[in-house]
Amino acid sequence: MASFARLIRLTVGAWAFLLVISVAGPSSAQQINPTASSVKEQQLLQELDRIQGRVSIPDQRSGVLEQPAGREWREFRNVTLRWVGGVAILGVLAALVIFYLSRGMVRLEIGRSGRTIVRFTAFERFVHWMTATCFIVLAISGLNITFGRPLLLPLIGFEAFSEWSQWAKYAHNYLSFPFTIGVVLIFLMWIGGNIPNKVDVDWIKRGGGLVGHDHPPAYRFNAGQKAIYWIVVVGGVLVAATGYELMFPFYLSGIEGMQLAQMIHSIVAVLFVAAMLAHIYIGTIGMEGAFEAMGAGAVDVNWAKEHHSLWLEEQNARTGDARSQPAATLAE
Amino acid sequence: MARMKFLCDADRCIECNACVTACKNEHEVPWGINRRRVVTINDGKPGERSVSMACMHCTDAPCAAVCPVNCFYTTADGVVLHSKDLCIGCGYCFYACPFGAPQYPKVGNFGSRGKMDKCTFCAGGPEADGSKEEYEKYGANRLAEGKLPLCAEMCSTKSLLAGDGEIIAQIYKERVMKRGYGSGAWGWKTAYRETIET
Repeated sequence: MASFARLIRLTVGAWAFLLVISVAGPSSAQQINPTASSVKEQQLLQELDRIQGRVSIPDQRSGVLEQPAGREWREFRNVTLRWVGGVAILGVLAALVIFYLSRGMVRLEIGRSGRTIVRFTAFERFVHWMTATCFIVLAISGLNITFGRPLLLPLIGFEAFSEWSQWAKYAHNYLSFPFTIGVVLIFLMWIGGNIPNKVDVDWIKRGGGLVGHDHPPAYRFNAGQKAIYWIVVVGGVLVAATGYELMFPFYLSGIEGMQLAQMIHSIVAVLFVAAMLAHIYIGTIGMEGAFEAMGAGAVDVNWAKEHHSLWLEEQNARTGDARSQPAATLAE
Repeated sequence: MARMKFLCDADRCIECNACVTACKNEHEVPWGINRRRVVTINDGKPGERSVSMACMHCTDAPCAAVCPVNCFYTTADGVVLHSKDLCIGCGYCFYACPFGAPQYPKVGNFGSRGKMDKCTFCAGGPEADGSKEEYEKYGANRLAEGKLPLCAEMCSTKSLLAGDGEIIAQIYKERVMKRGYGSGAWGWKTAYRETIET
């Protein structure tokens, strides 16, 4: 009896085992994807502009796996920026050459009086020239980064160009500090004379004396100079802020912030350079007697009469000079 | 000529970081720089996935395109290399790189990024193959010795493949066919503008 029961048990067990095998059989032939629910690259790239994760190395910034946005930045840096910069700078240069050839230097109409009046103090001139010197070096070294490879590198070769660019980079980084200080000082010391007012509207309407031979009245700074002032202040703050963001990578932002900073920095910078070309022109060969203001610090009284009649009146009123004439007659 | 590529089979990567360590050791990579890294997406959550990433040696490489001093060059094997003698450490290649490959040793205070360092596909640099100068600047030149990149060679699960693009794509295709699934070649579309049809 016992052996029969054992036989039954064995038979049932064998059948049960075979049943299990036959049920499991077909499913084991099928492949199971253990990572079926895991993230896919395309799906991540469609959702986000970059793929980010966790890394176990100390450099947490390397957690960005992919950022295809670099491609758009490349397009900006190699194509857009070169077009914007090239057109802006060459455009202003061409306009200045045409203007100079057609109009020539804006002369003093009544000649020099021989008497001078202080226009900028030694401190003001120091700040101006410190900022200006820095600006020129920053502009050349900056333009070198954008235009040096296609224009200068083929002329002087890889080694020389690399050496020059290395020093240009150092100059660009270090001179940014005095430049920034200069912009801040310019903002503070000339803000008083650079708030736009009604006189500026009239000045612009009358072409500022550049178009035709009109001499619209102006206080210490005319509308054109105010424009330059605000270009320097706003442009200077923008290039300084974005420049420092690039100089200290990852302190302020990640990679996307640095790409944006470079775009703002470079576009503002090329427009800044274009604007400063016009400023340099009018301050040197564009107008008789203008350079003395920032050179020696004093201008001829007749220059002040023609270009800054209201300022001259103010100055004369302050010093009690009775020889000044009403602005209305000067403006004619 | 071969067209060298990396391929990370993300379904096999177990985030052991051996590729990272092997690379650091093989090339004596300085502190703070990792030429290769393993990024884990959705770490600890369902759908977690790890991918080993380094310079992908792109076709029409963005770094080379934006470099202000043109210090990059592509070898006959399709490996993107650069000259540390020409590099000025401006950071532009880093802005353009889709894979975060270029890194800069901090050599001083503000603004002084050192010469850029990145994965060389174990192919050294412009100096003479196997020279001391080459090793000091770029690390070992395994390709010149007929060896493939160490990270892939010693990958414990053979997740990371390095070699001729067509051959590693074929290996990957066969794997996907056999096991029935695959998450694709990560980064290939961005780097080479192609994917592996499986």
